[in-house]
Amino acid sequence: MATVRQRRKREFVEPPIHWEQILERAQANNEPQWLITMRQQAWEQYKSMPMPTLRDESWRRTDYSHINWDTAGTVTVADSPEVERIPAANRAPLIGEEQGGLLAWVDNALAYQELNERLEQQGVIFTDLATACHEYPDLVQKHLFTRAVRPEEGKFAALNAAGWTHGLFVYVPKNTLVDLPLHSIFYNEAVGASLGHVLIILDRGAEATILQEYLSPEGEEHSSFVGATELIVGPNANLRYVSLQAWGHNMYEFNHGRGHVDRDGQLDWVVGSMGSKLTKSFMQISLDGQGAWGRMSGMFFADGQQLLDHDTLQIHHSPHTTSDLLFKAALKDEARSVWRGMIRVMPGAQKTDGFQANNNMLMSRTARADSIPGLEIEADDVRCTHAATVGKMEEEYIFYLMTRGVPRIEAERLFINGYFWDVLERIPFEDVQTRLLADVDRKILGLHNVSSGL
Amino acid sequence: MGATLEIRNLHVSIDGAPILKGVDLVLKQGETHALMGPNGSGKSTLAYALMGHPSYQVDAGQVIFNGADVLELEPDERSRMGIFLAFQYPVSVPGVTVANFLRSGINARRKAENPDDPGISIPEFRRLLKQKMDLLGIDHKFAGRYLNEGFSGGEKKRNEVLQLATLEPLIGILDETDSGLDIDALRIVAEGVNKLKGPGLGILVITHYKRMLEYLQPEYVHLMMDGRIVESGGPELAQTVEDHGYAPFFEKFGLEATEE
Repeated sequence: MATVRQRRKREFVEPPIHWEQILERAQANNEPQWLITMRQQAWEQYKSMPMPTLRDESWRRTDYSHINWDTAGTVTVADSPEVERIPAANRAPLIGEEQGGLLAWVDNALAYQELNERLEQQGVIFTDLATACHEYPDLVQKHLFTRAVRPEEGKFAALNAAGWTHGLFVYVPKNTLVDLPLHSIFYNEAVGASLGHVLIILDRGAEATILQEYLSPEGEEHSSFVGATELIVGPNANLRYVSLQAWGHNMYEFNHGRGHVDRDGQLDWVVGSMGSKLTKSFMQISLDGQGAWGRMSGMFFADGQQLLDHDTLQIHHSPHTTSDLLFKAALKDEARSVWRGMIRVMPGAQKTDGFQANNNMLMSRTARADSIPGLEIEADDVRCTHAATVGKMEEEYIFYLMTRGVPRIEAERLFINGYFWDVLERIPFEDVQTRLLADVDRKILGLHNVSSGL
Repeated sequence: MGATLEIRNLHVSIDGAPILKGVDLVLKQGETHALMGPNGSGKSTLAYALMGHPSYQVDAGQVIFNGADVLELEPDERSRMGIFLAFQYPVSVPGVTVANFLRSGINARRKAENPDDPGISIPEFRRLLKQKMDLLGIDHKFAGRYLNEGFSGGEKKRNEVLQLATLEPLIGILDETDSGLDIDALRIVAEGVNKLKGPGLGILVITHYKRMLEYLQPEYVHLMMDGRIVESGGPELAQTVEDHGYAPFFEKFGLEATEE
């Protein structure tokens, strides 16, 4: 078949989302006035900013101009969301038979809500953000788009702040230990735009483990997800937060996530991305209080023509703080990954320890990885190091494994599973590890087109 | 009748440079053969070519094992039919434990025989692996370590011998399993291999040194120079090499000594 190469004009246009639609939905949902005002201010912020283009430093490698906003920009909210539409494996309890709670949204509408009674009695709030805005306005107003993600951070952050369609809200009171994991799922079946929000607040001395999943089936027409994640970890609190993305290959994801860790608090944040056509994700850990500890771990496996782009910042505001980042990508076919990571140590943040490592494994000649580490240090008594590698899946390894009798595909599987293991073992749910390894296997076998992507 | 590995007139090149220039060798199950020779004579090339390393181009010749044409087969198929190579420089594979790796090897064998085989049960595999580790005097903690990751030279070689013991091949090729080991480490490794010797295992031990041979007592010794086996004999040939080095042989066969 003859092909004509044309130089495509890159246009970065806004999605066809209008203030009138947002307002109409907000009024239909009987949203409080403060929220509508907040949305409107964010909308004005949004309109005042241009769409990011390849001329913006953090978007230089992220050409999303091929998105078809005609389909991807239409916000749809399900009338009667059915939780059964979500694959059963994703709804299964995380440890044994129990989980602390499950919240699930289907096509931007709440479809399921369950919270362990004991946790409820402890004062744990685990609900959808819209409900929280009515029932806990003080808590929400104090944290929503105020401290972590702010609308002025970027076009898509502002869009989420103005138009978020649904969201997870978690609050764990002082010194409360949530000993069963909480589980939340955003599932998008309909083609269109989805704007999901996550707001998690751990008060002083609280502890919790939370899994957030992003899923959609495979499809042809473009969809979009514009997300924001705010993790607020109080003094001495400890949050283990796992976020897994298995979108269909027709999804464009734009995400801003930020965790704030107060004095002696801990945030252990793991992300796994396998899906989407394109993901652009900004992730930041801010170590605000003395002795705060934060870790970001990521596993990314892209195939076909996927682009997974992560922009990370570890920012140390106080002395004796520790940050650690390990991001690992495997890339098949013509897939690409971008990681741009910065450790920033603010003046006075002495005795801080910052580390970042990014490893990329190329499984084909046409795959590509860009790895751009960075340090900005404004204190003099610190230890900050980084390591970035781009390697090939060398034949030497596969040959060695094969000489013990395992067929090539099994040898590749062993090798890649081993490669991801140090990130995987940071996910505190064995069944979820198994699920992710099954996803990895499907990618190695080249089955992504026939699977549900889950 | 034991299994027989028959190498006939094998020619192998790397990136177009001929390394093996007509190797003939017959190795039977239950026999122990030593292959000696100076650096660059092609000993390791023979080992890799027998196992099917993709960088080694076979230009001519045949390798027949139990009547099958080995050169047509993938490395994993060669392994499953009973050929084993203990690597001189095994690569490290982070995240893959020794136990997990060996279980995959065993299960691949069982699946090849019967596609419906569910694989070896974990308790059964643990018993087997413990038994092999005990036989070779290897600490059980070894099983949970990542394959060759952070292993000392001696540990790498012992790990190769553990794999040999667990996979129970018919023919084992040991590529300079004695290199880089001190006297004690060599003794441990050689004693381990000795315990595996028997009517079920044919061994081809590639070495520079007589030390290893004193432990293994091969019945046959071959001398490789410039890509051919130039002389074969019994243990006395190893003694001659030990006493006089390779120089007399270079002279005898009209070859020039080359450094790698």
